[in-house]
Amino acid sequence: MNNVLQIVWLIPFLPLVGFLITGLMRNNLSKSAAGFIASAAILGSFALSVFVFFQVKTGNTHVAYYFDLFRINTLTVAFDFKIDQLSSLFLLIITGVGFLIHVYSTSYMHDEDSKDFSKYFSYLNLFVFSMLLLVMGGNYVIMFFGWEGVGLCSYLLIGYWFKNNDYTNAAKKAFIMNRIGDLGFLLGLFWLISIVGTVSYDEVFSAVNLAKLSTADVTGITLLFFVGACGKSAQIPLYTWLPDAMAGPTPVSALIHAATMVTAGIYMIARSNILYTMAPATQNVVAIIGLSTAIVAATIAIKQNDIKKVLAYSTVSQLGYMFLGLGVGAYTGAVFHVMTHAFFKALLFLGAGSVIHAMGGEQDMRNMGGLKKYMSITNMTFLLGCIAIAGMPPFSGFFSKDEILAGAFAKNPLLWGIGVVGAMMTAFYMFRLYAMTFLGKFRGTHEQEHHLHESPKAITFPLIVLAILAVVGGWIGIPEIFLHGGHKLEAFLEPVFAQSNAIAAKHEISHNTEFLIMGVSVLLSLLSLLFGLKIFSNYKKENEVPATGFATVLENKWYVDELYNKIITQPLRTLSIFFNYTVEKKGIDGFVNGTGKFVNYGSRQLRWLQSGQVGAYILLMVIGMLVLFIIQLFIKN
Amino acid sequence: MGTFITFPELLLWLPLLAGIICFFVKTETAAKAVAFGGSLVVLGVALSSLCYTDAKFLTYNAVNYIWLKELGTGFYVSLDGAGRILTLLTAVAFPIIFLTTYKNSYKNAGAFFGLMLLTQCGLMGVFVAKDALVFYFFWELALIPVYFLCSRWGGEKRIQATFKFFVYTFLGSLLMLTGIIYVYLHTGPRISEGVVVALHSFSLQAFYSATLSAVEQGWLFWLFFIAFAIKMPIFPFHTWQPDAYDQSPTATTMVLSGIMVKMGLFGVIKWLIPIFPLAVPKFANAVMILSVIGIIYASCIAMVQDNLKKLVAYSSIAHIGLMCAAIFAMNELSLQGIMIQMFSHGINIIGLWVVIELIEQQTGVKKMSELGGVAHKAPVLTIMLIIIAFANIALPLTNAFVGEFMMFAGIYQHSIWMAAVAGLSIILAAVYTLNMIQKVFYGNTNHTTEKINDISFAQKLGLALIVVMIFAFGVYPQPMIDLAKEAVNGLAIK
Repeated sequence: MNNVLQIVWLIPFLPLVGFLITGLMRNNLSKSAAGFIASAAILGSFALSVFVFFQVKTGNTHVAYYFDLFRINTLTVAFDFKIDQLSSLFLLIITGVGFLIHVYSTSYMHDEDSKDFSKYFSYLNLFVFSMLLLVMGGNYVIMFFGWEGVGLCSYLLIGYWFKNNDYTNAAKKAFIMNRIGDLGFLLGLFWLISIVGTVSYDEVFSAVNLAKLSTADVTGITLLFFVGACGKSAQIPLYTWLPDAMAGPTPVSALIHAATMVTAGIYMIARSNILYTMAPATQNVVAIIGLSTAIVAATIAIKQNDIKKVLAYSTVSQLGYMFLGLGVGAYTGAVFHVMTHAFFKALLFLGAGSVIHAMGGEQDMRNMGGLKKYMSITNMTFLLGCIAIAGMPPFSGFFSKDEILAGAFAKNPLLWGIGVVGAMMTAFYMFRLYAMTFLGKFRGTHEQEHHLHESPKAITFPLIVLAILAVVGGWIGIPEIFLHGGHKLEAFLEPVFAQSNAIAAKHEISHNTEFLIMGVSVLLSLLSLLFGLKIFSNYKKENEVPATGFATVLENKWYVDELYNKIITQPLRTLSIFFNYTVEKKGIDGFVNGTGKFVNYGSRQLRWLQSGQVGAYILLMVIGMLVLFIIQLFIKN
Repeated sequence: MGTFITFPELLLWLPLLAGIICFFVKTETAAKAVAFGGSLVVLGVALSSLCYTDAKFLTYNAVNYIWLKELGTGFYVSLDGAGRILTLLTAVAFPIIFLTTYKNSYKNAGAFFGLMLLTQCGLMGVFVAKDALVFYFFWELALIPVYFLCSRWGGEKRIQATFKFFVYTFLGSLLMLTGIIYVYLHTGPRISEGVVVALHSFSLQAFYSATLSAVEQGWLFWLFFIAFAIKMPIFPFHTWQPDAYDQSPTATTMVLSGIMVKMGLFGVIKWLIPIFPLAVPKFANAVMILSVIGIIYASCIAMVQDNLKKLVAYSSIAHIGLMCAAIFAMNELSLQGIMIQMFSHGINIIGLWVVIELIEQQTGVKKMSELGGVAHKAPVLTIMLIIIAFANIALPLTNAFVGEFMMFAGIYQHSIWMAAVAGLSIILAAVYTLNMIQKVFYGNTNHTTEKINDISFAQKLGLALIVVMIFAFGVYPQPMIDLAKEAVNGLAIK
């Protein structure tokens, strides 16, 4: 109990306080005060996270227990935080990127009313709080607290401009899709509880409890957990909410829908890695779904014209790669990609925000072009981000993506092959985006052109920091073939994945093969990058031909939304209306009211019997006696 | 028999006394003051009784008066387990109800508040009775004032709604009375101080040890169950409820939905499962399937409701269905879950009514399609509603989460498929709740919502109390769990 890490409760507590202050005092706080309080809270958490990280680095891991959430004979759920290599790394990403996005927002959201401004920051703080609970929780229930909490904040922030019906629809969609995943997660959790009777990581992953799980159990549990991950991390079939989530303010897209919340699914699986390693069937499902998502989302991204939509689909696609990594057992690679992706995707989104800001709210890339001239910092940082996501060495994306692809190759070269095709598409659409936005001639209105300017410091500062990280962030994971002992991240995370490594089948690939697959993937991506650059650097609106055939399918995102509407939303509505009108009103109520009417009717008929004439009564009496007599007679016989 | 007055007696007679005074009070203000003051005193008693839950304080919590000795009955009341939670709920709910509807004006206010308090007395009686006759007496005492409240102070279609309500509950009461008499005739003799005073006994203990064959238990189970199912209500015995909620005066609706539905659940826990142990395993699955159907059915209907009040009514039917299923799963998790959930559901649904009442009063509209943009005009109200609505769909850190989590986990251990199907309500609940928030609070204002004002101080206070309870029991539910521990341990089979 005397461990210094016992104070980690402060890390989520600071954003919670920030949320309460900015939320409750939103009518009284000035914009700068609200922005300052909210950012300071996150900065405080970041400072603590750095401290925690160095503690963990020296080997001090700790489960900080506070109190029992509930305790009954058959199950105890504690309120505790688990601080180890995995959670401390996520803490750094969340609070670090989170802080930069807070700073960015103080400028980006400046046109809002001070009340709404405070509200925005309170939601942002609440989000960070939830995300911290998610990664710090020492058991699945606390994780679920954060899990649903980030869903809620996402809902609130997507629907931040709640006057607009489309935006609130998008918010609703995000929450509901997340809840579908949550149900899966919960069922998995109930399954786990029914077998091992505990939810705490340390207890579940102990040898005694793992031995209680049969292959069927562990496969079922991990599959259900994966359903939860699909919802949160936008994988097939639950990915459609993420692109719609772009309705929220752009910094929110950067924070929630790129850098943090959507990585919750990855975190959860990395946390439960031993369960997944024990369930090869689930691993195959995870790898296949991840790879399919990576490809499908990349194809859609190629034909989108909204700058944020391209980035959104690219996020879905990159998350797919992370799941591919998890599925092939390259856990470190997946976590590594979470980290580098957080850097370059936050950078790209914030850069896009800077562009949108300069363009006066315009998001259609067809109306942009040539912004390089006007916005040198945004242009430069954005370009670095694009190179990083395209996986060019020695930028960060190269190292993490390469690790995942190498893992895929070791499992099955086909997975690798498809993965490389996806990487090529990534390079292509990212440089299509870059070229359409920053190169060529400006295609917007004169008024927009007049307004073009570089964004203020609060916006460019986070861009610069993130750009540096996007370049150098990969250097903590340099593959063994380049530098012996270069993969510091792997060494750091080793204890988290030790159990899995001990039982996982090793697929070593030779150094030559590794060089070869790395070279092939970089070369192909580079070609497709240049190709994209060449086609779109002189993009002209006039040359645009209406999409035909397959291009229409891509432009319409494979018609997935329409499909869901047809096979789920509509039938459910029809069923509900059937219940409401036919079963409820006509059926049950009809029966009840019918009974009432029957009683009324019956009473009215019976009333005739009470005519008040003595003769009639006597007649009835005699008839009654006769009936009784006859009955008696028959029974006797 | 104690020489002092016990907690259950105080909880019974104080509301009764305040209610009687109300009938004789002339002005509305005085009636309100008496009712609110009375309910506060009751709350004080209920809260202080929490300090004396230990077994050694039995004499504070139980009393048994001689009453109709020859019939084998006695005025036996005591506070324990589930009853303690529900009396607490009743005691907490009434002041909040009076506070948040303080501005409402009633014709003949004395009678209105008198009847409300009489209902409170009846409810308390149901939750503390340990004698079947006493139980039945209070059961009716709780219901009868509601007929009057609904038929005299209700909405346009109140007569129709009251009639339906009456037919349903009357049928239920009749079935239960038949059942009670039958079981009574199969109990052992009542012995008082070593002397047989009656051939049979109405006491709960005697009912628990009545000699009934499996077949008898079978049909008696259904007699009792239908009576309780109507009260909860469980599909397909539920159609009185949406109309009654829609047409009753809001204060009465709050009592009906927040507390009275718990009479049915309580009945099952205390007066059904332990009395018919042979029938329960046989029919548990049937009841659970009925409940699960009801959960999905009611959630679906809630999704296509345009009437705010009916939406809440159907959502409540779904939630109650889950609780009923959880009871019959019969394990520690599910039973503990339902104990907390009975309290949480009561608090949350009252909060929802406060908001709806305010909107309806100010705009005269309860159709969601005619509302919109309320968030612009009434931000505080909106925030409160969002918190309560999300508590209602069991978001973590709110009071309903722990209860629902435990219930689902418990049902899962009984049947995977039932948990999975019932679990769909987690998604459906999100759909109708978010639809409601979107239609009523988001978007642009229109001419009906243009003139809406934010909440008054009294309503803000009432809602703030609810919100505080939502978070307090959401973060630290253990005290509530401990309160019901003995009851659960007595029932659970695992």
